[in-house]
Amino acid sequence: MAKLITNGVLRNSFDRRSVVVGSLQSGVGLLLATRLGYIALADNEKYKTMSESNRVNLSLIPPRRGWILDRMGQPIASNRADFRVDLIPEKLIEQDKTLAELAGILHLDEIALQEIRDHLEKSRGFQPVEAGSHLSWEQFAAVSVRQPDMPGVVPQRSFSRYYPSGPCVGHLVGYVGVANAKDYEQEHNPLLITPGFKIGKDGLEKQFDAELRGVPGARRSEVTAGGRVVRDLETREDVPGKAIKLTVHAGLQEYAARRIGTESAAVVVMDCETGDLLSFVSMPSFDPNSFTDGVGRIEWKMLSDDDHVPLRNKILHGLYPPGSTVKPTVALAFLEAGLSPDAAVNCSGGLRVGNRVFHCWNHHGHGRVDMAKGIYQSCDVYFYHFAQQIGMDQIARTMRKIGYGQKFPLPYPSQSFGTVPDPAWKLKKYNKEWAIYDTVNATIGQGYVQVNPLQQAVIASRLASGKLLMPRLLHDDPRPAAGSLGVPQEHLDFIHAAMKEMVNGLGTGHAARLPIDGVQLAGKSGTAQVVGLNIGNGKGGLWRHRDHGHFICFAPFDKPKYACAVLVEHGGGSPAAMPIARDVMTYMFDQQKAWDALLELEKGWGGTPQERQAAKYRSYAAQYGVRAPQVEDSEEALAQQEQEAAKPAPQPIQSDAAPPAPEPEEASAAPAPAATPKPAAEPQT
Amino acid sequence: MTPSFIPAPLRGLPWGMLIPLTGLMLFGATVLYSAAGGHMAPYAWKHIMNFVIFLGLALAISHVPEHRFQQAAYPIYGLLVALLVLVEAVGHVSKGSQRWLNLGFMNLQPSELMKPGIVLIMALFYSTLPPSMIRTWRALIPPLLLLGLPGGLVMLQPDLGTGLSICFGAVVVVFLSGVPLWWFISGGAAAVVAAPMAFFFLLHDYQRKRVLVFLDPEADMLGSGYHITQSKIAIGSGGFWGKGLGNGSQSHLKYLPEAHTDFAFATMAEEWGMVGGLFILAVFFVVLFRWGMGVARRAPDRFSQLLAAGMTATVFFYVAINMMMVMGLAPVVGIPLPFVSHGGSSMMTNMICIGTIMAVDRWGKRAGGRLA
Repeated sequence: MAKLITNGVLRNSFDRRSVVVGSLQSGVGLLLATRLGYIALADNEKYKTMSESNRVNLSLIPPRRGWILDRMGQPIASNRADFRVDLIPEKLIEQDKTLAELAGILHLDEIALQEIRDHLEKSRGFQPVEAGSHLSWEQFAAVSVRQPDMPGVVPQRSFSRYYPSGPCVGHLVGYVGVANAKDYEQEHNPLLITPGFKIGKDGLEKQFDAELRGVPGARRSEVTAGGRVVRDLETREDVPGKAIKLTVHAGLQEYAARRIGTESAAVVVMDCETGDLLSFVSMPSFDPNSFTDGVGRIEWKMLSDDDHVPLRNKILHGLYPPGSTVKPTVALAFLEAGLSPDAAVNCSGGLRVGNRVFHCWNHHGHGRVDMAKGIYQSCDVYFYHFAQQIGMDQIARTMRKIGYGQKFPLPYPSQSFGTVPDPAWKLKKYNKEWAIYDTVNATIGQGYVQVNPLQQAVIASRLASGKLLMPRLLHDDPRPAAGSLGVPQEHLDFIHAAMKEMVNGLGTGHAARLPIDGVQLAGKSGTAQVVGLNIGNGKGGLWRHRDHGHFICFAPFDKPKYACAVLVEHGGGSPAAMPIARDVMTYMFDQQKAWDALLELEKGWGGTPQERQAAKYRSYAAQYGVRAPQVEDSEEALAQQEQEAAKPAPQPIQSDAAPPAPEPEEASAAPAPAATPKPAAEPQT
Repeated sequence: MTPSFIPAPLRGLPWGMLIPLTGLMLFGATVLYSAAGGHMAPYAWKHIMNFVIFLGLALAISHVPEHRFQQAAYPIYGLLVALLVLVEAVGHVSKGSQRWLNLGFMNLQPSELMKPGIVLIMALFYSTLPPSMIRTWRALIPPLLLLGLPGGLVMLQPDLGTGLSICFGAVVVVFLSGVPLWWFISGGAAAVVAAPMAFFFLLHDYQRKRVLVFLDPEADMLGSGYHITQSKIAIGSGGFWGKGLGNGSQSHLKYLPEAHTDFAFATMAEEWGMVGGLFILAVFFVVLFRWGMGVARRAPDRFSQLLAAGMTATVFFYVAINMMMVMGLAPVVGIPLPFVSHGGSSMMTNMICIGTIMAVDRWGKRAGGRLA
């Protein structure tokens, strides 16, 4: 039905519909008021909390790490106040622009920038990446002022780990570094991703991380959405980590490390009364100071190019045939078996057993040799002869008692501890009968016998003291009284006298004589062959073909106080080890004299280890610049390298007697290895 | 009755609306004063100045006689469409989204002016349409074209908020004009069907994102959901009485985005609490529902009725969408809160609407009441 539509009808329609529109409007108004009430009243608590958590930023203050002290309380690892800048990758907005600006303020060169980019690339977003540390106040202030315009940049005052003697303590204490993703997965602690916080990555720093770490402080501050701090509300101080006191003597540690010079060597000094480790040196070493900031491309290149394997801790993971250093122990076995020290054998340069001749290192022969002469002249024939009589089982028993093949409870995750071979061992391992040449090899420290420098020092200290000394590294550990070795004192006195004679009298070790009145050193040298004579004579040629040099000693010989073991890897034989042992032992009695000798030597080496490393870095940086290959995952790679270095080399089965390594007398005829410039006045007997 | 000692021009003013409105503006100025960190500059002074200037404009508009409005409707509409095309062309040349023309002394946003403009043209169209045709296609097709042209141009810019606002004003006028109700019902049904399709095919990525974020702000807390979440935190943490003037940490520490423009209500609510929000709602209730719709109902003829109601609806749309947005009931669209948010453009548009309603008010009084 068509309705007539007029203005009046439309006005009525308008009136009705305007009521509808009006009600809709007030309905919306009501809805808004309800919603307002819901948010502001019902959810008030929730939003208040959220507003507070917006406004207040709780940031952790990384705790100051506990110091590592030497026996006198000198710092081996300390902290120094530091201005630093970190980047939080996930908060960086314009990375390139920010980096360019930072580079200008912090004077970063291309290499440093590349390193930061490498780290940013690998970091998970929340892990802070260090952009600079050890900044000047001006640089720090300049970054702080610009911070609001550079989101993701965190300048702060903090403490950074500092190792005063750098590489000298690398293998002793390890190093610290930024926690990686794996660390964070294991320990979901926000402290780990706090800029400036480092955890122990290796060595004692890792082993005692829990003690050293301390308790973080906290700062509540009011921050803007952009992260700028408006004001600090309250601060709780951090609790510094506990200090760890070592038995090590920091001065000796540094001295020994520097005295090694350009060699690849280890020096362990032990206290003959307590077993305290006074030095624990393996060089070359990484500088824990620079590892702390992460390993950069140049450093990585330097490390991987170095055939001296700076990442290997030779003290624990280097296994070497002990060479003639085993002879005092073998002699002790003879005495224990009832052999008279006066029993003698005639050495004509070789010993015939059946239809075979086993050579002495001195092909001209030693003439009549008794036990004392056998030790100080290191006559091989004497030991071949009586070892046949006494038998390997007795020798192996004594060797084990003295410390060969032993593992010691030290705070490091692993040790390579070598072998003391005997017939049963050989049968089990190779399913072969023990042969005469096996005894011959073992008595002159070749063949299956392997030791690490720590064992060498323990052996020296036990020979010296007659006690079952155990090496100690932690000063505050309980100090159990060492038991007796069960060796009669006259046996010890006899060995001591022969070892003294070796250095101070008729022996081959005059290079080790102490330049100190009234203190006589007793010692035994050893040379361990690396390759057969058909490849090289062990003295010169390729570095890795040269013989290892050993020297074990203690002083004073009649009232032993300190024992020392020196190993020089590929040093060309014991002549490389003896002067180091002499100077290190000199340090124990007259520091000034020792320093005088060393400073003279260091001039020829190009300075201290730090100085040499810095020079090497400069030349690498100049040579490679930003072209050095990228480190895929430096920590992973480091750990892998270390693991590989720690793996003992496989022991091939011996099929014959090893030719005895020449002793120093002959060595004097060979050219000194070029890598070790020695003082010209070195006495060579 | 108004006392006689007050001069006649002042006596005629709708004080019942003007006083709450001025109060609201001053309240807004305190919010802006706080948002600027306790300074009158740069927002609060300018806000007051804008109000005074555009109130002058509104008073001037209120004196324009009805036939002038009717005469000017089509030329104004044509001019605005031309400007919209020009803006589109300039934007095309400068390769970016462009919404305004730089006139030297101010940036003119033609789409803003189109909001009252579309109401004017719609009111004129329906008042001139013979009543008998109200149920025929002639009541539907021309308005659709009139709306589609500027609406489409604004959407193209792209400016969804303003586009919807223009449509809303027009649709309210069409509804009130008395067209058949089933048009709206079927139109609404069509919109329900079309909305998802528009969402997937017509909206720009950033607009789509806004809608998604509106549906679930917590899903993208640090990205686009940030705005809504922070706004709700500001309002919610204010409670009933608020944190007090100058104590709003959300706005002062810059967690709240656009604290002085689109999210001014949240800035206000944090410091003044729910009380402040209710005050604002009350003022708009008085200004829009009591006064605006009241004027429309009392209006002397069809044109003025539709005009006043449409203008009221336009201002209402601002208020409703803005407040729904800050409270998480609508997606984030750039629509400020009238008389509270900082910004000259919206102040001008709203004052034009107010001025037009005042004009209708005057026509009604002159005519001596309602004509039968």
